[in-house]
Amino acid sequence: MLSIEKVDSYYGDFQALRDVNLEVNEGKIVALLGPNAAGKTTLLSTISGMVPYRKGNITFQGQHINAMNPEDIVSLGIALVPEGRRLFGTLTVLENLEMGAYSKHARKDLQKNLEKMFDLFPILKERSSQQAGSLSGGEQQMCAIARGLMTEPRLLMIDEMSLGLSPVLVQEMFKMVTEIAKSGVTIFLVEQQVNHALRVADEAYIMEKGTVVLHGPSSEIANDDYVKTVYLGK
Amino acid sequence: MELIVQVCVSGLLLGGIYALISIGLNLIFGVVRIINFAHGEMVMVAMYLTFWLNYFFGMDPYVSTLIVLPVMFLFGVIIQRIIVQPIQNSSANMKIFATVALSLILQNVALIVCKGNFRTVQVSYGMGTMEWGGIFISIPRLVAFFAALLSISLLYYFLKNTYTGKALRAIVEDHTIARLMGVKVQKLYLLAFGIGCAFSALGGVLLMPFSSVYPTVGIPFTLIAFIVVVLGGLGSMGGTFLAGLFIGVVEAVGGTYVSPALKEAIYFGIFIIAILIRPQGIFGKGKGSEEVGLK
Repeated sequence: MLSIEKVDSYYGDFQALRDVNLEVNEGKIVALLGPNAAGKTTLLSTISGMVPYRKGNITFQGQHINAMNPEDIVSLGIALVPEGRRLFGTLTVLENLEMGAYSKHARKDLQKNLEKMFDLFPILKERSSQQAGSLSGGEQQMCAIARGLMTEPRLLMIDEMSLGLSPVLVQEMFKMVTEIAKSGVTIFLVEQQVNHALRVADEAYIMEKGTVVLHGPSSEIANDDYVKTVYLGK
Repeated sequence: MELIVQVCVSGLLLGGIYALISIGLNLIFGVVRIINFAHGEMVMVAMYLTFWLNYFFGMDPYVSTLIVLPVMFLFGVIIQRIIVQPIQNSSANMKIFATVALSLILQNVALIVCKGNFRTVQVSYGMGTMEWGGIFISIPRLVAFFAALLSISLLYYFLKNTYTGKALRAIVEDHTIARLMGVKVQKLYLLAFGIGCAFSALGGVLLMPFSSVYPTVGIPFTLIAFIVVVLGGLGSMGGTFLAGLFIGVVEAVGGTYVSPALKEAIYFGIFIIAILIRPQGIFGKGKGSEEVGLK
């Protein structure tokens, strides 16, 4: 569905990604794991068109998306739930969700999708007329995911979903993610909560210093000696 | 006692126009993230347009809004497209240079084309007043105030209740994420600049029945609008409106009781104090002000 071939990406002169190869298959949950500053967020930004890259190929459902704008990429069906939620704080929850449906294709299903989101996250219905900035961390994350889903994505990329959430909430969010995946949305997850991520994901990639160092089915990755010692602390 | 009420009322009415012009600046500032130093020149150009329409066709200034506002909207769109868009991603200083240059060019073109004379529009209601409880209220100023109030309310409604308006507010919050949601930001920048210019143009038209136009008439408006936006807070329509009224009253009271020559010194003094105490604005958050080189 999404394939990334030999991608290099730069911030000014700093090379953040080198020779990244990665494949996300339709209907799967794929996790991208790794330490801070490994380039995970840069990869997501590159895919969604926010960071221009100089080399390599990114294709989505057979279509090159190399030189496309973020606003066009989202209408192809790739949504990003950014790190730190980045909701529109002074807009209400409802308005945030409406912004998710800004693209033409998503706008016509606005009402239907809103109801879906309120079914999936009942708390958002209660809070719908509240400013998004006044929500709790967990509610904000739900709102951010719902906003991403409002774009009617075929691929939903979630960056550091569990950051700053309580363990109970983290568990709940991961459950939610499997739920969303079952509804037919492919999920690409960037996480530091390696344990949880490997439990829900079908496949996993480990990224270090701007490049992919390991990948395979989650069960294999979870049993890999290197991963065990470095990431799972066993 | 009557004098102070009288002064406050006329200051308040003038403040409506300041609010109008400042809200235009605030919209451009918040959405496009550029300080438009040529904002006062938009007022000036609109005043000249109004003058000419009256001079050549005998058109009433209020009727001429039908022509002046669309023209100035388009003018704003063109400025955004041709001058601002190419330097959108460059430094704040570059943007300041560009709009200061635009302001100088417009002033000097006005000087060449229209000479330095003061031009006024003669209308029957220009000096008209009504008396209300011993207070005299200038009719064109009253009209200006209510026209300002109405158009600010319309803009507020637009920003709160339409899809495009909400997208503009989303851009003020976080333009990168707005793009991720599929918002075509470049188009909305054009719209915001157009609306911003149309608002200051409306201010210019409303001023015409009771004041005169000359090439440098816009300079104080840029400065006043700048003060009002900073006092009111970036992205805060309500704050900007109140700050506009406040500056109008300060100017009237200061001009009457201290000295007309010192009125600018007075509100710049207030401005400096406000910046020292509450740099984020009295009502707003001032988010993003570092991006435009204010912090």
